[in-house]
Amino acid sequence: MKSTQQLERQLKRHSKAARLESWGRFISFSALLLIVAVVVGIIGFVASKGIATFATNHVSLWDFLTEKTWNPNIKDAHGNPEVGALPMIVGSFLITILSAIVATPFAIGTAVFMNEISPNRGAKILQPVTELLVGIPSVVYGFIGLSVVVPVTRAVFGGSGFGILSGTCVLFVMILPTVTSMSTDALKAVPRYYREASLALGATQWQTIYKVVLRAATPGLMTAVVFGMARAFGEALAVQMVIGNAALMPSSLVAPASTLTSVLTTGIGNTVMGSLQNNALWSLALVLLLMSLVFNLIIRLIGRKGRMQA
Amino acid sequence: MSKKRWVQGLIVIALVALGGYAYQTRQVSHAGESITAVGSTALQPLVEAAGEQYTGEHLGTFVNVQGGGTGTGLSQIQEGAVQIGNSDLFAGEQKGIKANQLVDHRVAVVGITPIVNKKVGVTNLSTAQLVKVFTGEVNNWREVGGANLPIVLINRAQGSGTRATFEQFGLQGRRSKTAQEQDSSGMVRSIVATTPGAISYVAFSYVDKTVQDLALDQVEPTEENVTTNAWKIWSYEHLYTKGQPRGLTAKFIDYVQSAAVQRTLVRQLGYLSPDQMTVDRDVHGQVTKIGGE
Repeated sequence: MKSTQQLERQLKRHSKAARLESWGRFISFSALLLIVAVVVGIIGFVASKGIATFATNHVSLWDFLTEKTWNPNIKDAHGNPEVGALPMIVGSFLITILSAIVATPFAIGTAVFMNEISPNRGAKILQPVTELLVGIPSVVYGFIGLSVVVPVTRAVFGGSGFGILSGTCVLFVMILPTVTSMSTDALKAVPRYYREASLALGATQWQTIYKVVLRAATPGLMTAVVFGMARAFGEALAVQMVIGNAALMPSSLVAPASTLTSVLTTGIGNTVMGSLQNNALWSLALVLLLMSLVFNLIIRLIGRKGRMQA
Repeated sequence: MSKKRWVQGLIVIALVALGGYAYQTRQVSHAGESITAVGSTALQPLVEAAGEQYTGEHLGTFVNVQGGGTGTGLSQIQEGAVQIGNSDLFAGEQKGIKANQLVDHRVAVVGITPIVNKKVGVTNLSTAQLVKVFTGEVNNWREVGGANLPIVLINRAQGSGTRATFEQFGLQGRRSKTAQEQDSSGMVRSIVATTPGAISYVAFSYVDKTVQDLALDQVEPTEENVTTNAWKIWSYEHLYTKGQPRGLTAKFIDYVQSAAVQRTLVRQLGYLSPDQMTVDRDVHGQVTKIGGE
């Protein structure tokens, strides 16, 4: 009698492993919860501050997105503050798209060389080099841009050297490693038998790369490019040092312009929390946040589409 | 097994030693008072240097100095988040600040001068010409007696104290046209030094051999001319407190304003002392001669 009761208790008691398991589950779940709370907190904070421009200061959203004068300290003839963010939005997009356009061929070319043409040398030399590029802090890129790219741009194209062109040059180098390494992963994911089948049908290596490997890897390559664009869009310091920070509609590639991030970093220390000037900057931050959300969505969409094809 | 024990023992000993060390040092850094001063980057070097000297002379105190900009300094002091707010501007000039809650302590005077790239070939401008240059009425240095170079404007960021002072007293209240903006004086100087045709403005202490400072209406940007208001582009540097300062804050502000610091540190770091001024200027820019001069 007694022994069966004991046995029952022993059997019903949680074992050490079971307790460990629930404890582990609790820890990992609370880590997840913390991260979600932080993300929600940041989005909530930026949104509440950013929306204050429209809710408290009664700036119309349409004016904010389409007007071309950025002068939060000044009120225009109608008594509305001049917070037209269009120059910055255009500047940000222009510089992002241009640097992606320049970086993509180089990145894909490098990835093809590393994967298809010369995997041995690629892995030995190019891999460490691209990884090194990732590790260089953005202020170093900015400094090189300021002391090398800007004077060269000025000498070759005229103007003051500060502008979208210099920004593109700096950003292109910055996003190159990201796009390259993700493109490499995309090419690696193409099954080996695709290549074997193509070669067996008598295609040359170039035909195989161009008609089979790159086609099959397209969704992955697009993800890589969008990832690079997301990085370019959010980059602040290096761009701020070479773009000139003039809140003007970019009239040419060598005229000083500004991006959302460059206006944010130069302006935030000179405004008072809760004032219109400060809220307007938060609105810019909100635009930035929404845009990176959009980039993330695009990456998701591409990923889903790619999976269906495969 | 025994090796593992050994490592564990070592870790425990290290932790105990570190803990003990922290306990010992705690006495020095926490037993006394500490205050925080935040704000203007133009004033930061002075407050930092004075803070170091003060804590060196008064053990057990700590003066924590941070930058962030004039706007940050004033908003932090208004919220009571810090003990001292450093500002290049009168609190009344900054939007969103309730100046009547804050107490002004002037600790230095800063003269600001236009600087140009050396290739421009201009050393003097009339005030009217300066205004034309910054409002975009004139686009080439040739038109104001210089070389045939396009004018490249470089501004400080909107809301910067240096820019506000320059526009108020240098451009006679007019606003510069939208142009490049940089967020620090050091950056402005290096860009002006390397960009042909560039013009900007910095505090006297930032002028060096790489750039050319400009005389205005034949008045040279010198400290003497600032003291008599012959050179009009200058501003006070303020330490703001919320209400009358107490305790360490009061002692520290007294220290910065003391003759010893004003004669040595303030001048060594390229500022002028308010004691040197023969004129006084209020928040509206009204200048009055100081009596007894």
